[in-house]
Amino acid sequence: MTETKRSTAAGVKITDLSKSYGPVEVLKAINLEVKPGEVVCLIGPSGSGKSTLLRCVNLLEQPNGGSIDVGGYNVTDPDVDVDQMRRHVGMVFQQFNLFPHLTVLQNCTVAQQKVLKRGRAEAEKVAQANLEKVGLGTFASRYPDQLSGGQQQRVAIARALSMDPNLMLFDEPTSALDPETVGEVLSIMRNLARDGMTMLVVTHEMAFARDVADRVVFMDGGVVVEEGTSEEVIGNPQQPRTQDFLKRVLDPTHVDVE
Amino acid sequence: MAMTARQRARTSLYVQLGLFVVAVVALVITIDWATIRSAFFNFEAIGGMFPTIILVGLKNTIFYTIISFAFGLALGLLLALMKMATFAPYRWIATGYIEFFRGIPALLVFITFGFGIPTAFPGVVWPTWLVVMVALGLVAAAYIAETLRAGLQAVPRGQYEAARSLGMPGWRAMLTIVIPQAFRIVMPPLTNEFILVTKDTSLIFVLGLAMGDYELTKFGRDGILQYGAGITPLVVAGAMYLIITLPLGQLARKLESRSARTKR
Repeated sequence: MTETKRSTAAGVKITDLSKSYGPVEVLKAINLEVKPGEVVCLIGPSGSGKSTLLRCVNLLEQPNGGSIDVGGYNVTDPDVDVDQMRRHVGMVFQQFNLFPHLTVLQNCTVAQQKVLKRGRAEAEKVAQANLEKVGLGTFASRYPDQLSGGQQQRVAIARALSMDPNLMLFDEPTSALDPETVGEVLSIMRNLARDGMTMLVVTHEMAFARDVADRVVFMDGGVVVEEGTSEEVIGNPQQPRTQDFLKRVLDPTHVDVE
Repeated sequence: MAMTARQRARTSLYVQLGLFVVAVVALVITIDWATIRSAFFNFEAIGGMFPTIILVGLKNTIFYTIISFAFGLALGLLLALMKMATFAPYRWIATGYIEFFRGIPALLVFITFGFGIPTAFPGVVWPTWLVVMVALGLVAAAYIAETLRAGLQAVPRGQYEAARSLGMPGWRAMLTIVIPQAFRIVMPPLTNEFILVTKDTSLIFVLGLAMGDYELTKFGRDGILQYGAGITPLVVAGAMYLIITLPLGQLARKLESRSARTKR
């Protein structure tokens, strides 16, 4: 599985996006673009709105204003076929959300069969190929609760890939993992990025963001505070809030307690 | 003389045992055993009841239970989904239905139903099995709905979101991902609902049953007159219920301990 040609890589263009829960404004006029084939990492403190922003892209959250264009679909248009759009957008969750009543293989085939209407044989072939891609080819007949967290997250990635997405969304994919299994998930994501997948990643893994991201976006308080290449944002942040956040994250034992 | 705590506990236990033994002995002495044998355990009558009680009574009880439970399950699932709907009138209807049928005695529903159907649809004759299925199912649905709703809500929201993010429409996500998991969660209480429906079939005699439609209780009640053996036929009918309900209760406990084990 070295050569997987991606016929279409979708970009994302977010314009003036806003989202509130009641009186609480979580996102304030966000503008963000992810070009096809690009890897963008969203970083920032918890509660900064980065996960909400990610969930707006495939409409798991309904934005209150602004527009999102995903590979030509105007997601925020009320008449858009949400299910049709989501077929092309893979999502990986912090809590994996594998289907516990289905085997690993079935987790990767169920949507292919029910949504893409692929035959069983074809769906299983695609699923098996993707399981091998994440190094779990021999785990097809297991159930999710027989797997470690890192393995489950790799299955979740294989499940999303089995739909042949043009864009992958990652919502803190390693935050729920034991430290020793974080690496295996990140290395899968690294391979995906190398293969040219468009990726929007919410993460606290600064090393990953620095090495893999084409661009890094720092969010705080519902706004984009700073964005640029990883060298710019992580290596040489200009905004005080970014500097403060990175200092806390990269060197947690040296935070001044006043 | 002062007693230690241990002595007090021991004395109290002896007193309890003593009272229990006295009560049993008193009962054994005062009860008229000969009459008990002829009125409760009349072996000739018991012999006479077989095999009809199985071929008719037990068979019909099981048959009525299964079709009513199936109907109640389908309606209960619909009500559970309605109760969780975002469209408020659906929730009102479901809540009203559930509160109504849980709040009135099942017997009342059956009597009303028995009279109501011929009155409401004059000239249309419903077959007995259909009347039984709908009457019992309507009541069972109210209880099943609440059980299923609890199960549906126990499935983590992330399951639904993961299914939707794979492009499944809402109904497909419910059908393929959420509902199967919900059923696993509620298998133990659902087994108990099944036992309750089994016992509730004893009330449907009020609908008016032909001989071949008799379930266990009606069969037993008829036997009282037929055999002149006291309530022996009811004792036999009771034993038949236990044949169904005891293994099911066992099954429910087994499922419960299994789901307790797999829960993390």
